Amino acid sequence: MMEPILEVKNLRKNYKDFSLKDVSFKLDRGYIMGFIGQNGAGKSTTIKLIMNLLKRDGGEIKIFGKDNIKHEIEVKNKIGFVYDECYFYEELTVLEMKEIIASFYKEWDDDLFNKYIKEFDIPPKKKIKDLSKGMKMKFSLSIALSHNADLLIMDEPTSGLDPVVRSEILDILSDTIQDENKSVFFSTHITSDLDKIADYIVLIDNGEIILSSAKDEILDNYGLVKGSKKLLDEEMKKKFIGIKVNNFGFEGLVNDKKQMKRIFGDKVLIEKPTLEDVMLYHTRRDFNV
Amino acid sequence: MNIVISNSSDEPIYEQIKRQIKNSILCGELKEGELLPSIRNLAKELMISVITTKRAYEDLEKEGYIVTRPGKGSYVAAQNKEFMREMRLKIVEEKLSEAVEAGKAIDLKLEEMEEMLRLLYE
Repeated sequence: MMEPILEVKNLRKNYKDFSLKDVSFKLDRGYIMGFIGQNGAGKSTTIKLIMNLLKRDGGEIKIFGKDNIKHEIEVKNKIGFVYDECYFYEELTVLEMKEIIASFYKEWDDDLFNKYIKEFDIPPKKKIKDLSKGMKMKFSLSIALSHNADLLIMDEPTSGLDPVVRSEILDILSDTIQDENKSVFFSTHITSDLDKIADYIVLIDNGEIILSSAKDEILDNYGLVKGSKKLLDEEMKKKFIGIKVNNFGFEGLVNDKKQMKRIFGDKVLIEKPTLEDVMLYHTRRDFNV
Repeated sequence: MNIVISNSSDEPIYEQIKRQIKNSILCGELKEGELLPSIRNLAKELMISVITTKRAYEDLEKEGYIVTRPGKGSYVAAQNKEFMREMRLKIVEEKLSEAVEAGKAIDLKLEEMEEMLRLLYE
């Protein structure tokens, strides 16, 4: 059995008003993992710790089986990293910026880069500040994909992009894992991007991992239950992850829809949830049971 | 081979894939020894998770429809005629029991259903 491509164990980081509490998860080679949670839940902090852009207060991070700090340079050569904000020099052109970045990587592949910018229609002589938001993201991706990285780590790559560009980006991600040695780890709060292509889902809330599982397991076992308020008593409510009650009935999320079917039969409607439902019912305090 | 995935169906996606590949094999559209798409390629084409296609292939292999050779890919298994006939019989049985249930739901008598079946068969 090959070691995980990314392993985070009991990761801790303390701030005055927020802390990451023993965050743990791992990702094997050949898969796409989506890292979800609301803004401020700890997604970016976790990613920055993985990239060693912040100092951790405890725990372990192993990339390709190696400590991410001790082997930082070696490890980073094999990571393609995409931030949500633009970290390029705005005054340079696409090609000038590329030259600077390429010099940092051992295995820079110019042909591959040229192929991507052609495919994405990125004008090579345009200044970075004149690129649209979607273009900048595609430029970041082109860079991340052009140095033979085995692990793509992306912080909110699809936020603020239109559906067409988002779907193009998702296509590239599925392309990436056609090579079963490569993996993609990306954070997002646009969960519909993950409903389709993600293999694994990690949900973080208030600095804690509250769900980490294969996406199929979640979507096939969880159920969105809808019915009359009369059916709910205190005992029954405990079986729900979260419930939303309105004047005409209730809607709630359960993690075992078969059990609900046995209990209620045809008295309730049970639907397949989306990841958005799963995230909302897990994290909205006012839905708590 | 066609595979159509419904995201709103209650049937898990791996089951949908399994069922459709099985049907393609049983109706002879996929022939013995034919190479199937790789799990990664199928996942990409259908825009679904690799885990889903993997699960479908693993189940199909367990049930004897396909064989997977590491590093080479998955093929339609050599087909045992007895086995194929049995599987097809099972499909007939399933469809018939569906019909029986639908008939019972509107209080059709056995004789009435037999008559219907006879007409359809002829």
